[in-house]
Amino acid sequence: MKPAFFVKEAMRSISRNAIPSFAAMASVLVTVLVLGVFIPVVQATTGAANEVRGRVLVDVYLKKHATKADIARVQGLLRDKVDHVGKVEYVSKAQAYAQEKKRNPEAYQLLGANPLPDTFRVTPDKPDNVLKLRDALMPAAVSGPPTRRAPVDTSIEQVKNRKDETTKILTATRVVKLAMGGLAILLIVASVLLISNTIRLSLFSRRREVEVMKLVGATDSFIRWPFVIEGIVLGALGGVVAVLLLGVGKVALLDPLSSDFALIAAPETIGFGLLAVLLLVASVGVSAAGSSISLRKFLRV
Amino acid sequence: MAIVERHKQELERSAAPRDRAPSVIEFRGVSKNYGPTNGGLETASFSIQRGEFVFLVGSTGSGKSTLMKLLIKEIEPTAGTIRVAGRDLSEITRKKVPYYRRNIGIVFQDFKLLLDRTVYDNVAYALQVTGSSRKEIRAKVPDILRLTGLATKLHSFPDQLSGGEQQRVAVARAFVNHPPLLLADEPTGNLDPETSVGIMQLLYRINRTGTTVLVATHDATMVDRMRRRVLELHQGRLVRDELDAQYARSDMNTAEFGALLREPAPEPKRGPQADRQRSRDAARRDRDEFDDIFPSES
Repeated sequence: MKPAFFVKEAMRSISRNAIPSFAAMASVLVTVLVLGVFIPVVQATTGAANEVRGRVLVDVYLKKHATKADIARVQGLLRDKVDHVGKVEYVSKAQAYAQEKKRNPEAYQLLGANPLPDTFRVTPDKPDNVLKLRDALMPAAVSGPPTRRAPVDTSIEQVKNRKDETTKILTATRVVKLAMGGLAILLIVASVLLISNTIRLSLFSRRREVEVMKLVGATDSFIRWPFVIEGIVLGALGGVVAVLLLGVGKVALLDPLSSDFALIAAPETIGFGLLAVLLLVASVGVSAAGSSISLRKFLRV
Repeated sequence: MAIVERHKQELERSAAPRDRAPSVIEFRGVSKNYGPTNGGLETASFSIQRGEFVFLVGSTGSGKSTLMKLLIKEIEPTAGTIRVAGRDLSEITRKKVPYYRRNIGIVFQDFKLLLDRTVYDNVAYALQVTGSSRKEIRAKVPDILRLTGLATKLHSFPDQLSGGEQQRVAVARAFVNHPPLLLADEPTGNLDPETSVGIMQLLYRINRTGTTVLVATHDATMVDRMRRRVLELHQGRLVRDELDAQYARSDMNTAEFGALLREPAPEPKRGPQADRQRSRDAARRDRDEFDDIFPSES
């Protein structure tokens, strides 16, 4: 009988205090809506930043006359002896030629012969280590100007960063990621404060009721349960409505765009189902915990 | 009245098997200070036996409410021991306080009803708190509301009732658990004289079922007419404690009791131990005359 009684009490107090209940539900709804939009945006942004960073790699060009043994030796060197090596991809002369020819057929038609060397595309284990990797492959000469570098292996012609802007990319993406993380934390803090404040206000108007209950001889848990259930119901209601709105927004706005827009589809974002579950759990948890914690003050009679 | 008999039986069954049951309320040197200069109650000692009807009088700030709050363990005494039904209140832990309060009915000046519940639900709440079954609640609540004369107001909300009716609901809620002790803090403070008589009759009827009743009031005429034991507080000190031997017989029925309350106040017959209080009483009569000229309260 007891759980049923508590649920009934919670429902009765929601309907009797319609306006504060609505305010609490609306604050949950708005914050969940904002969070629901913001979480995928943060993910897309950091994903895009990571993708840009992932493109950072080092090309190792071999000398034209490199033999099969040279190639094997350099490959072994890259795999075992050099630090910070993530992935090594070997592109032979013929493969490189085919690729380039596809991209620019007329120019390569004119060339006739294959001018391209055998190449290793080396991805660093972390994008931040790209410069260390290059230094490892081409240590600075013991003497002479630092621009003069000699490769570690005699059959290596040259070691090159794909782009000169590697450093720029790394700093820019780091700033973007940090900013997004900071915003996400701020937004979560703001949501928790907003919801707990609304709950506290609506409980404050009912502290007399709590006082009377205590005088009649109700135990703390007997008073608390209906309030917690009320928080759960309002939080769930706000969360469900917000998730529904997000779903509608996704179907109506995002999905038609995703086929055209590479940026939205490309980075790995959280699945909608998982996002919905997360948001619901968060909204219910925050409202229930908020009611129970705010009530503690009034229970000290 | 069936419920009265049933309650009497319940009380007899729960009464201590010993011949001399402990006092329902016993204060021994109880003090309560709210601050170094702000005394609430100073070394009060008295005891109230089972089935007594006791008035607690005194002007505002004399410590009546402090005494009531001490009894329901809303506040703790600074010194001394309070025993209720032989049990030391300081031994009751904070967690056990709700269970202790279920054995005490409490009525307040401002009714303290739950405004978002009907009359029925307000009374039922006191039973729901104790974990009573729905069947029990359905049986008890209409009974108690009939006893308090609210049978037709079951589904009204408190703000649809008059002050007297609201106080009857509060009394019904306090009594529905058949507590052995009923406390009333200024129960008629917000009510007109005729309605007050009705409430006092109700409390008297409850007292006749064997429940000990302690009423705090500043309504001196009412106290004089009822001729019951009176405890008077003055600035936190217990200055008067008259036993009920010289007072009205306690077996009169409710109608006689009501007539007693309505007739002009007779001069209460004081016992010899009250002689030393006479000068104080004279002062109080002077105050009453002042009230007649400038009727400021109720």
